[in-house]
Amino acid sequence: MIAGISIYEIFTLTSILFFIGIYGFITRKNLISILISLELILNASAINFVVINKYLYPDVLQGVFFSIFIIAVAAAETALAVAIIINLYRQISSVEVKDTEIMKY
Amino acid sequence: MDISYILFIPLIPLAVFLLLGIGYQKIQPSVSGYIGVAGMATSAALSYYAAYQYFFASGKVDGVYQTFVEKTVWMNFTDTLHIDMGILVDPISIMMLVVVTTISLMVHIYSRGYMDGDKGYTKFFAFLSLFSFSMLGLVLATNLFQIYIFWELVGVSSYLLIGYYYTKTSAVAAAKKAFIVTRFADFGFLIGILIVGYYAGTFDFETLNAVNAEGEGLLLNWASTSFMGLSVITWGLILIFMGGAGKSAMFPLHIWLPDAMEGPTPVSALIHAATMVVAGVYLVARLFPMYYFVEGGYALNIVAYVGGFSSLFAAVIALTQTDIKRVLAFSTMSQIGYMMLALGVSSYKGHEGVGYMASMFHLFTHAMFKALLFLGAGSVIHAVHSNYLKDMGGLRKYMPITNITFLIAALAIAGVPPFAGFWSKDEILVAAFEKNQLLYFVVLFVAGLTAFYMFRLYFGIFWGKDTKYHHPPHESPMSMAFPLLFLALMSMVAGFIPFSKFVTADKVGFEAHLNLPLAAVAVGTGLTGIIIAWIFYKKENDLAEKFANAFGMFYKWTYHKFYFDEIYMFVTKKIIFNLVSAPIAKFDKKYVDGTMEGIGNKTVIISEKIKGLQSGRLQDYAMFFVSGVVVVALVFIYLWT
Amino acid sequence: MEKVIFYILALIMIVSAIASVSSRKMLRSVIYLLFTLIGVAGIYFLIDYNFLAAVQLTVYAGGIIVLVIFSVLLVHHIEMELEMAQLSKKILTGIACLIGLGLFLFTIYTNDFKVVENSKTTTVEDIGRGLLSYDAGGFILPFEVISILLLAAMIGAIIIGKGDKLTKNDETL
Repeated sequence: MIAGISIYEIFTLTSILFFIGIYGFITRKNLISILISLELILNASAINFVVINKYLYPDVLQGVFFSIFIIAVAAAETALAVAIIINLYRQISSVEVKDTEIMKY
Repeated sequence: MDISYILFIPLIPLAVFLLLGIGYQKIQPSVSGYIGVAGMATSAALSYYAAYQYFFASGKVDGVYQTFVEKTVWMNFTDTLHIDMGILVDPISIMMLVVVTTISLMVHIYSRGYMDGDKGYTKFFAFLSLFSFSMLGLVLATNLFQIYIFWELVGVSSYLLIGYYYTKTSAVAAAKKAFIVTRFADFGFLIGILIVGYYAGTFDFETLNAVNAEGEGLLLNWASTSFMGLSVITWGLILIFMGGAGKSAMFPLHIWLPDAMEGPTPVSALIHAATMVVAGVYLVARLFPMYYFVEGGYALNIVAYVGGFSSLFAAVIALTQTDIKRVLAFSTMSQIGYMMLALGVSSYKGHEGVGYMASMFHLFTHAMFKALLFLGAGSVIHAVHSNYLKDMGGLRKYMPITNITFLIAALAIAGVPPFAGFWSKDEILVAAFEKNQLLYFVVLFVAGLTAFYMFRLYFGIFWGKDTKYHHPPHESPMSMAFPLLFLALMSMVAGFIPFSKFVTADKVGFEAHLNLPLAAVAVGTGLTGIIIAWIFYKKENDLAEKFANAFGMFYKWTYHKFYFDEIYMFVTKKIIFNLVSAPIAKFDKKYVDGTMEGIGNKTVIISEKIKGLQSGRLQDYAMFFVSGVVVVALVFIYLWT
Repeated sequence: MEKVIFYILALIMIVSAIASVSSRKMLRSVIYLLFTLIGVAGIYFLIDYNFLAAVQLTVYAGGIIVLVIFSVLLVHHIEMELEMAQLSKKILTGIACLIGLGLFLFTIYTNDFKVVENSKTTTVEDIGRGLLSYDAGGFILPFEVISILLLAAMIGAIIIGKGDKLTKNDETL
């Protein structure tokens, strides 16, 4: 519980972060930049879990645990994504999104 | 009388057809011949037994032959409109069973020899069995729809058999012509059926033909609407007769019969001499009470005149034809004209129904000797490898059996006693003389012409000039000779059957007497014809040619069958095709096809555009995903009430 | 006091996030992300979830950022100017995001959250007990599953990362 800050303001913050992440995901042309935007999205959701836990249900700890899991999963996913990007770079020597359009009509 | 075993008579040929049709790759030709003959022989034996049982044992009650019907509702549309399937046993159907199975059996045996070595041997027997099934089903039909169904089946079988030599374009064209002409006639038939069924309220033969107790009129009451001066039922009966006229090659729907000779000769013997072409006669006989009683027999009168004119027309044309099968075809048309005429001048009760009896009697005897004539012609064609009279002559030295049997048949058809044709023709003359003098003279004149052209044919083939043949013609094998002998025997004795005791219009037998004066006149006319043919054709001379040249233009017209084929060709090609079919075809191509293709093209264009959505780019998909989520959230949380 | 700190942190986070998604240079984008993640850790500290903040800093700022920087180095893109998307796409996406944001905020602000005032501190011991307890409300099963997940991710990353070299080694042997 932060003194003086209502839950609404924190939610506003996380929503803005979330949508900035989405904007970046859809707009960026580099695969690694897309990965970075994905991190923003995940972090925004983690903050949401924690805040709801602290403000609305202070007796239990589920929100914290879930955020820990989110962080763990995000780490695993980033590692794998980087491995795939490296492998892809070896095949096509590029990390641009426009070079990965093979699966189209 | 238990008639359920009669159901097997048509079903056995059907089973043979299915067996030979499905297994035709695997069955050896000789085996299929035996199967066909065996099946038909069984059906023949069953029909002889049925005839014995019906006519001699249990068919009569109080001197009246009963009608036995077993039927079941096949398709039910409404209370009054339903199609039944079943078997109807009465004197003419039993008689037809005997005729059809006998002739079919003879043709089966004959074909084993005639078609030997042909590539499609099994197929031929399968088609023969299919035809037999259809004809037997037609004969046993219980109502108008059933007879129509089997009518069409008979037409299909005929098409398959005429077009049997499918590599010859003339055979294919002939098959098409037969099918189309009879189909056109069947169009009238169907409309007639519908009219009669609608106004009379039923399609069933028993109900339609029911006569009141005194035999004075039909029991059925129908709406007495009239159209253009005639009752609608009369119109219906005339249209039904149109169907019958097509199948029986009456004028003007006769054009298919000469061309149908393109089929193998056993086919001509079976279909175009003895069975299919008499289906029209059978139809009128089946509906005879209606034809006689409705509006004082107006439709029956039309039947008589059409029959009379057709017999005269065909006999005149047969005088000049040079293809022996075509002569026989026109002869068939002429004899069927006799049968229609005899039906047309008949009354109903007792001795006055002699026309009906004569027609059926002539059907019976004609089947025997006409099939014999065709089979004999087949033997000759088989030996000489040509259809034309000019290639034949003097064959009596080489083919004795064929010679004798052909002579017997020719005598029968010419009406010389004691052969079969004399007795049936005599009854026809009696019937015509009592009712309509004009038609009597037509019958007499045609009898003379018949004798003349028949013996022209006989002398031309077996006597006449002594042609030198490339390889001497040999007599046919026993498989082909046996049917000839059997049918010759029938042509001799069939006349002695007391037909009037068995088959009559009101189903009560009567005694028929020989009318000596009329018989003498008829025999005299026949003998005159034979003598003239003897003078012209027995020895080689040019009397015939001089005679023909004397007739000049008329001879030419007759030789070309009065140009009816050309007239019909002109009407269909120039008028119907150009003025009716071509604009409709253009409309169909441009608008109907255009619309359908247009729909297809539009779909392709739209899908090309939609294709772009599958861009392969992850971010586009993410964009759609996010937008979709936002829209769904908006709609379902806030806007949906 | 905490209010001011919160607002400063929020400002830093948002500015860094926007800079991260719109920067033209690769490495700068990563570093801006680092600032955002540090801001998130700051929020966790303000909320009194110290353990979680430590985890955030260790894993995210320490692990993931380093990983991403290494991948950037491996694809030789440090000095390159990244190209941006077309303006039409940017505007379209921007509008969609704004609509979405509006929807979120509308939903949030019209809902009545029943806030429970408290100042409870959560110790590491509580978190530990919760993660490893077998009772109802215990998280032992997800904990184990996560460990297997991490193992699988590690193996997968190694295999994908090695690529062709793996098979080549086998052949020479």
